Amino acid sequence: MKKTHDSPPAFELPKAKTGIHGLDEITGGGLPRGRPTLVCGGAGCGKTMLAAEFIVRGATTFGEPGVFMTFEESAEELTANVRSLGFDLDKLTRQKKVALDFVHIERSEIEETGEYDLEGLFIRLGHAIDTVGAKRVVLDTIEALFAGLPDHGILRAELRRLFRWLKDRGVTALITGERGENSLTRYGLEEYVADCVILLDHRIVDEVSTRRLRIVKYRGTPHGTNEYPFLFGADGLSVLPITSMRLDHKALNERVSTGIAGLDAMLGGKGVFRGTSVLVSGAPGTGKSTLAVSFADASCRRGKRALLFCYEESASQMLRNMRSIGIDLGPSIEKGLLRIHAARPTLQGLEQHLSDMHRLVREFKPALVVVDPISNLALTDNDTSLKATLMRLVDFLKEEGITGVFTSLISEGAAVVADTQLGISSLMDTWMMLDNHEANGERTRTIQVVKSRGMAHSNRVREFLLSARGVELIDVYMPDSRVLTGSERMVHAARAQAEKAGSAKKKARAGQ
Amino acid sequence: MSTGTAAKAKKKAASSPEWQLRLYVAGQTPKSVTALDNLKRLCESHLAGRYEIEVIDLLVNPTLAAGDQILAVPTLVRKFPEPIRKIIGDLSNEGKVLVGLDVQPIGKAPS
Repeated sequence: MKKTHDSPPAFELPKAKTGIHGLDEITGGGLPRGRPTLVCGGAGCGKTMLAAEFIVRGATTFGEPGVFMTFEESAEELTANVRSLGFDLDKLTRQKKVALDFVHIERSEIEETGEYDLEGLFIRLGHAIDTVGAKRVVLDTIEALFAGLPDHGILRAELRRLFRWLKDRGVTALITGERGENSLTRYGLEEYVADCVILLDHRIVDEVSTRRLRIVKYRGTPHGTNEYPFLFGADGLSVLPITSMRLDHKALNERVSTGIAGLDAMLGGKGVFRGTSVLVSGAPGTGKSTLAVSFADASCRRGKRALLFCYEESASQMLRNMRSIGIDLGPSIEKGLLRIHAARPTLQGLEQHLSDMHRLVREFKPALVVVDPISNLALTDNDTSLKATLMRLVDFLKEEGITGVFTSLISEGAAVVADTQLGISSLMDTWMMLDNHEANGERTRTIQVVKSRGMAHSNRVREFLLSARGVELIDVYMPDSRVLTGSERMVHAARAQAEKAGSAKKKARAGQ
Repeated sequence: MSTGTAAKAKKKAASSPEWQLRLYVAGQTPKSVTALDNLKRLCESHLAGRYEIEVIDLLVNPTLAAGDQILAVPTLVRKFPEPIRKIIGDLSNEGKVLVGLDVQPIGKAPS
């Protein structure tokens, strides 16, 4: 199965890995080797940072020295700016792995008369390439020349020659350009760089900023065509998703307990499959968090690490609340089996949350991840990005063979509709729905397994009890084909027992 | 500052001439040859005896391109008197070059 995916097509363009998290995945292996690539986008969308990481990763990870020619910032400014991403250009320059050249032209100093060409630029670039033996070149952003040189006719002809020359030198070049009004770049650089064009975008949605990356074109290569969110982290850029081009994660046969005996019994007696995703949805106060944390607790008791993302309660509040129903998470935390990450959903954008999750999961390597709740992450009701984010998270967890448990808050009564609207139920392998059942002046909690892929599961609605002993599931009482819950059930059960006892006594007496 | 240095140059006590010009070229291309010819002729007629021309071939000394921020060739740089001025092209338009260098056609130094 896996083999068919990995076998290369008959012809594949040679590629140069960028080393940027996620970008190599969506480009199918990196930028076109030996050809120029255009990266365009508005001001402040991260063009320079992407370019810098391309150079730094090339020099440090792939043994390909690079030349960074900057037209806007001085070498010192650039070095300072990329230090925030953890890149030390100074050191790389000293090691002769990277050459920086600041090309500065002052329009007011320059007068032009007669014919000229940009051979000076070629010589500088060529010299820099030769000095470090560069395989990679960044020009950031060459459009500054348009402001400095009045004769655009000569400039355009020279740019055409420059890109041709870069190809002849066999360097993998990355050229940045400012986004124009009606074109990809202000001065139409896309006209010259036709092999690969990457568009960056920085937008504010509901006061939260998100950065997106899209591959506009990539000649001769199938590529992801979607807009992918990307972020600046402490260790450079990461483009998300890491893996959503394919749907080929391995299905595991191992089962993991839910931590609740009654619930395991509903799921064929063994719990859910490892590496699947579980959705626990319900109205407020139905016990979603408790159920989800039971999963984590069970995992820790098996000696497997669990990671808990709380977007509603602080870690200590969560611990206290769980203790009240007899689940003590303290020892697991001390043993390093459980980690709780609590944050406000509004603290940052969805993508940043997702990136944090990725990072923590990679760091901690848990067997089970709980997100409580996912519905809080959406800032508005019809936030379509939530589904995409979740899909990425689910994919990522599945790829790693990690069981995911997600809780989702839904308003009472609108249970099924709401979750379908959110569109996440189809991503989930197991869906448990919690509900409040109100009758005879009391509420009782019920649970049902709406679906559970690949296993026999109970179709019964069970009563769900939270007590100091933990979570218990009780068979609903069904005399005269009527579902009885809560005290009604207890009365009925007591009466039935009394009757039984009474009849036993009678029998005993009769026997005497 | 520039008036002070100009005054010093006027005394002719200084060993270096009043006008220091540097022409950047890349090999002996027709454009660079034309530029040098144009420059020599212009200097002889307007700055005779008060100028010095240094020709730098970037093919020989590529490292020198960064110092004066040279992109286009040929580029004429007026190193002195300050401030630095640059004129790119083959210097075929004499009037424009004189304006660019801030040389008054009569042959007087700028006041």
